[in-house]
Amino acid sequence: MKLHEYQAKEILKGFGVPVQDGIAITKMKDFDKAIKALNSKGVFQYVVKSQIHAGGRGKGKVFDPKNRENLILEGGVKFTTSVEKAKDYAQKILGNLLVTHQTGDEGKIVKTLFIAEGLDYKKELYLGILLDRSVSKNVIMASTEGGVEIEKVAEETPEKIIKEWIDPAVGFQSFQARKLAFALGLEGEVFKYFVPFIMNLYKAYENSDSSLLEINPLVITNDNKVIALDAKVTIDDNALYRKKSYEALRDLNEEDPLEIEASKFNLNYIKLDGNVGCMVNGAGLAMGTMDIIKLAGGEPANFLDVGGGANKETVANGFKIILSDPNVKAILINIFGGIVRCDRVAQGVIDAANEIKVQIPIVVRLEGTNAKEAGILLEKSDLHFEVAQTLKDAAEKVTAVLKK
Amino acid sequence: MSILVNKKTRLVVQGITGGEGSFHSKQMLEYGTNVVAGVTPGKGGIKFEGVPVFNTVEEAVKKAKANASVIFVPPAFAADAILEAANAGIKLIICITEGIPVKDMVPVYHRIKSLGVTLVGPNCPGVISPGKAKIGIMPGFIHRAGKVGVVSRSGTLTYEAVKQLSDLKIGQSTCVGIGGDPIIGSQFIDIVKLFNEDPNTDGIVMIGEIGGSAEEEAAVYIKKFVKKPVVGFIAGRTAPAGRRMGHAGAIISGGKGTAAEKMKAMKKAGIYVVESPAEIGSTMKFALNEAKSKKNETKIATKTKVKAKTSKLKQVAVKSRKK
Repeated sequence: MKLHEYQAKEILKGFGVPVQDGIAITKMKDFDKAIKALNSKGVFQYVVKSQIHAGGRGKGKVFDPKNRENLILEGGVKFTTSVEKAKDYAQKILGNLLVTHQTGDEGKIVKTLFIAEGLDYKKELYLGILLDRSVSKNVIMASTEGGVEIEKVAEETPEKIIKEWIDPAVGFQSFQARKLAFALGLEGEVFKYFVPFIMNLYKAYENSDSSLLEINPLVITNDNKVIALDAKVTIDDNALYRKKSYEALRDLNEEDPLEIEASKFNLNYIKLDGNVGCMVNGAGLAMGTMDIIKLAGGEPANFLDVGGGANKETVANGFKIILSDPNVKAILINIFGGIVRCDRVAQGVIDAANEIKVQIPIVVRLEGTNAKEAGILLEKSDLHFEVAQTLKDAAEKVTAVLKK
Repeated sequence: MSILVNKKTRLVVQGITGGEGSFHSKQMLEYGTNVVAGVTPGKGGIKFEGVPVFNTVEEAVKKAKANASVIFVPPAFAADAILEAANAGIKLIICITEGIPVKDMVPVYHRIKSLGVTLVGPNCPGVISPGKAKIGIMPGFIHRAGKVGVVSRSGTLTYEAVKQLSDLKIGQSTCVGIGGDPIIGSQFIDIVKLFNEDPNTDGIVMIGEIGGSAEEEAAVYIKKFVKKPVVGFIAGRTAPAGRRMGHAGAIISGGKGTAAEKMKAMKKAGIYVVESPAEIGSTMKFALNEAKSKKNETKIATKTKVKAKTSKLKQVAVKSRKK
């Protein structure tokens, strides 16, 4: 689960990590209150920050969602010392469409703004904590090249990325924090602030069950403080059961409405841009099925894993989800019945197709226990199923159907 | 022969009385797997389908001489279950459980490595040596005993590949589902090594998917050490970057772990890379035939060499006689 910057910073604060402070607002009527709160803390420079689940906000462009030709503002993160200007920026961003290199052309509507303190800083650094899958250990990555895309740094100047792996038996140690600080060229007061900063940051990563924690940039202020200017946190979905308080942080606005609907039925659905809908059991086979659709000349419209129990209800719900995407011209059902019997799945498909009244061609391929009986059931039904025997056959039938 | 599991495997099922555990224990018993014990804390003393249930794995090891474990306990308790089995002296642990937090798995991974334990999974279908033992949730009937090893990160896609092989009368020595999580006990390279060393495995099917770099690492090993034919497929060529496709590990980040990159590395290693998952079986058939004819060629080649040598000797002999 991805978090917004303001949510991530709230968590970091709880672990004693100094962050750029601010107040999140969703309506303009709360703007003045936010400014007042900042003023009372002695803050008189402001940054208006768009809160969306995508990077590149600062260099993004704000458009009118009703008229994409209408460019309202350059940049989704704005610094100013004037309250009037801050208010103007906020009005121009809130409710409008922010397009960054990570959102794609469709962009994202900004529904929350973070009104933050404007800091004067002399240096930008990068810090990231994540799992290094190749050694099954967490790794801290640091770089003097903060404020830019770290992927670019990794590609062009990999020597500028310092890595420190954490031994899970003893955890992150002070000497490692010092090592990172020296490698970043920090000294004096800054060094003194950095060591507890990184120690607490790692604690936050561990204790929040994060799978990714990125501070880009980490800034050294003019008075030598070390502060997280931005924060990106992803929580491990598998750990959410023991992090009940984080459930409220899920932002459904950031998710595809069809995916939310699917998750209610315990279906694992991801919307894609193609024309062939597919319904498969098992994630690997689902990906493999998407691949053969593409090889057959179609484009997969989705990833959909119906899981182990492919019965009438799951199939019916699968149909509903797939058919709510108007681009879908055909559906391929590919179920490998290992434990579950294919004739039962077939009956489920027939009943569901009758109930939903599917109008587009359906190619069905059932393999495994009672596959023959399943084929006969499908052939005999009044509905026009294209029954495929093998995976290859299924792909060819989909191609044929698309050409009609 | 086979790898990891066989007739001598004495299995303990952790979580034998739970929903998943009880269902699949019955299936494993039906297949003929030697299930010698079950463990459910607090239910020690009862019997499940004639199998004694113990409170701890330690008891199962002492009293029932269990030497391998399969885990069906819920994700919140699975990491603990792995450690319990490892500490009881079990050397092969197969963890089926899906959804274990990464944070729990990091220390477990390093602990079991230091104890010299082989862990398969988590989030995997298990291991089967056809006709000998089925440990996990795969449908037994699609398998056929034989000489091709299968290793895969996926479940149903593996069944698909196995079915294709069996339909072509190509049997399997052992099929290993290594699991789809970011942290798994055995990687492709570990299983490929075992298959390579197994004299009764003639060919290897390797089914990968997007995310991570385990396929690339195995490819480097294969290029160096594996003479047996290897057929490879990578699922997820059509997957968009940054999205998690069902498996927690199946996510492409920062341009790394793409299907294209993996397939390139595999091709470079001399692996028969198939574009379509429908061609795994037929490609293995082709690869096995090619390997066979290569063997024959070398046999013929050495024979002709021997012939040439003897004829040379004869000539020398004739010459010397002439003298």
